[in-house]
Amino acid sequence: MQADLPLYPDQASNFAMSVDGLMAYITAICAFFAVAITAAVIYFFFKYRRKHPGEVGVPIHGDMRLETLWIVVPLFLALTMFGWGAVVYVDYRRTPMDTLDIYVIGKQWMWKIQQPTGLREINELHVPVGRNVKLILASEDVIHDFSVPAFRVKMDVVPGHYNTMWFRPTKAGRYHFFCQQYCGTNHALMGGWVTVMEPMDYAAWLSGSSEATANPVLAGEKLFAEKSCNTCHLADGSGRAPSLNGLYGGKVLLADGSTVTGDDAYLRESILNPAAKIVAGYAPVMPSYQGQLTEEQIIDLTSYIKSLQSQPVPAKGSGVAPATGKK
Amino acid sequence: MSATPAAVNQMPREHYLNATYGIRSWLLTTDHKRIALLYLASVTFFFFIGGAFATMIRIHLLSPKGLLVTPETYNKLFTMHGVAMIFFFLIPSIPAVLGNFLLPIMIGAKDLAFPKINLLSWYIYLIGGCFVLYSFSTGGLDTGWTFYTPLSSVYSNSAVTPAVLGVFINGFSSILTGLNFIVTVHTMRAPGMTWFRLPLFVWAQYATSIIFILGTPVIAITLLLAGLERMFHLGFFNPALGGDPILFQHLFWFYSHPAVYIMILPAMGVISEIIPTFARKPIFGYSFIAGSSIAIAVIGFFVWAHHMFVTGESTYAALTFSLLSYLVAIPSAVKVFNWTSTLYKGSISYDTPMLYALGFIGLFLIGGLTGLFLACLGLDIHLHDTYFVIAHFHYIMVGGAVMGYVGGLHYWWPKITGKLYPEYLARIAAITLFLGFNLTFFPQFILGYLGMPRRYASYPPEFQVLNVMSTAGASILALGYLLPMIYLTWSMRYGEVAGPNPWPATGLEWRTPSPPPTENFEVTPEVTWEPYDYDNRPDLGLDVSGAPALAHGDD
Repeated sequence: MQADLPLYPDQASNFAMSVDGLMAYITAICAFFAVAITAAVIYFFFKYRRKHPGEVGVPIHGDMRLETLWIVVPLFLALTMFGWGAVVYVDYRRTPMDTLDIYVIGKQWMWKIQQPTGLREINELHVPVGRNVKLILASEDVIHDFSVPAFRVKMDVVPGHYNTMWFRPTKAGRYHFFCQQYCGTNHALMGGWVTVMEPMDYAAWLSGSSEATANPVLAGEKLFAEKSCNTCHLADGSGRAPSLNGLYGGKVLLADGSTVTGDDAYLRESILNPAAKIVAGYAPVMPSYQGQLTEEQIIDLTSYIKSLQSQPVPAKGSGVAPATGKK
Repeated sequence: MSATPAAVNQMPREHYLNATYGIRSWLLTTDHKRIALLYLASVTFFFFIGGAFATMIRIHLLSPKGLLVTPETYNKLFTMHGVAMIFFFLIPSIPAVLGNFLLPIMIGAKDLAFPKINLLSWYIYLIGGCFVLYSFSTGGLDTGWTFYTPLSSVYSNSAVTPAVLGVFINGFSSILTGLNFIVTVHTMRAPGMTWFRLPLFVWAQYATSIIFILGTPVIAITLLLAGLERMFHLGFFNPALGGDPILFQHLFWFYSHPAVYIMILPAMGVISEIIPTFARKPIFGYSFIAGSSIAIAVIGFFVWAHHMFVTGESTYAALTFSLLSYLVAIPSAVKVFNWTSTLYKGSISYDTPMLYALGFIGLFLIGGLTGLFLACLGLDIHLHDTYFVIAHFHYIMVGGAVMGYVGGLHYWWPKITGKLYPEYLARIAAITLFLGFNLTFFPQFILGYLGMPRRYASYPPEFQVLNVMSTAGASILALGYLLPMIYLTWSMRYGEVAGPNPWPATGLEWRTPSPPPTENFEVTPEVTWEPYDYDNRPDLGLDVSGAPALAHGDD
């Protein structure tokens, strides 16, 4: 444990060390300038105090060499800060492959979290040590922000967008998470705990948890029939809409000739605003499901479509571009 | 007050304050000096309101669970604190009070270019202020001063509509002031007052005016759109209606980041006047200080999305805005280096305005340097929306802008009122403000790094010690603000008569009686000297022969 008055939070993720290193670097440079300038001001203040009432100062108007020096040197140092900061940020924004995907939904004023197995938690998040975790963030109302100071990460949770964030926990323990974007009356209560567990414990917790576990794939399959998605999206590609087999994670060829990746954000958009991206060879006949599905139901549908990833892709009647389709 | 024998000074027989009498002569005045005083009264009123909210916020945060009010009320307190302080105190304070009073006198003009529009801008300010006060008193406002959608446009149950209308209306006051200043500086300079003889305060006001007229229309239309979405359910920002909440943030910060420079640039102008006066020597690097004001105004328009690094904006956008944010730091650094160098081989007095100016350098230094932390992409992931941000912008806005404003009020108080304030009390107040400010806001940097989120009505108990320190500092700070209010008011009646140039200083405003006549000068002055040039000003009565004269550029 740290001292009673710590200066930095626990270091519990892969980002903690790099962010703290960056902090130390910038603090060192800034402290140098702050001390140097303050010392100069204080020294001049006393050294050149007015000796008699009529005294004037020495008329010095400037010095080009000094001006150049104090433009170039701070500019150089600022660019090093920019560069190092950019490296850390790009690492943070580029999610690695094979992550443990967890859905997080923010609503006034609670967090609903769904583990890959469908296990649901409220204001609690359990993750294993040493595994890359990706959070897929959605909001049901206003903008929220999911922030874990011990991991040095945060990301806004924006209605109408899917944002993602990732981290790799490095130390078992319990850490605060906060809503860090002001979201209304009980904003300050919209927090909880991240529990980082050893992988074995995490697996045991997942399987042993007695809480009702709704299988999101089954729930999604049920919805898929209930909402009559299955009348058009036939698996063999003979329907009025493309087969969804192999869609998740694949490349989709669009009517305008471009391709997109079949990820969570694309699926969500296609459910809520189908006309935004039309699959090549199909008419824009699908109705919008805006306002008819909750964020959780969209996640269930996504989970179901994800489960079709390994199903055989029909040769005709699929939006999935052939593997060589992309240049 | 060291140089001038006070006994010989007398108030001028007729001046702008006693030229006419009666309430009509004030409410219908077109004299820029009287309009400045109208603004002084009204921005002081809003400063009190905003300060009262701040006091309640700090008391509430003494305890982790919150001491004073419900979370709902707490949210209203910090929102109304921000709206009152930013839109109705900080933005108009230096331009509309000191700028209004001084800009025409400093360039040797009789008034601003459009005196009636100047009065109109004050009335517009008042109408906007009334809308906002109506919002505050009928349900309050709980959206945060940033009015983020869809919270403000759909979900908030507070009086959002009158507040956004008030801020919208108030924007026109800024636009008109900016327009007036720009035209005045271009067309009404006295003979001999070339651009590079302008006082640096005028350069700063000019740069600020550019932001006023280019930026303010954008915030006005943005808030109007949010209001329309709220009133008529038009989908601009609400995703359920096909809008995009991120669009609001782009539009909002396109103005509101330059607005930070609206607050700090005029204060930098004040400091650039005070330092040469009390070091009695020309400012070091005049053209670099003047040019850096313009550079800040221009580059400041291209950094707005650094408020949005964690909204999910594209990595390339984030890289661009981070780089530009680092560039805008350079002109600020140039100013600090030049001010510091001006002290070298000066004849430095310890008068109150100088204490404020040096306090400004110290606080602005911390405020500016901590901006480098937030501009850093990797660090901002952790620091964004924590108390680190709160501490950073209070160092800029309170430590910078308010210190500059209060310092400027002291410096020009003898000119405005013709009276001197009590010097020792004023020095004590300046030191109290400096210490109280640091105790209030420095602990918040640490709180922020530990992860305490902003806008929290309650917080985990491990953050309490630092919050208590902050509240203790705030009570010292409050004392530091009350003292000047009391003795400045007192001095208007009982203060010693100042005389035309008590410091003495070199600017044109000191070549006319204190208080000045309604037309500012008896005869239109002709400028034959360079700015801040003590050596060629025998009229100041200083002992020039005592200092070895050096040629320009020599060290």
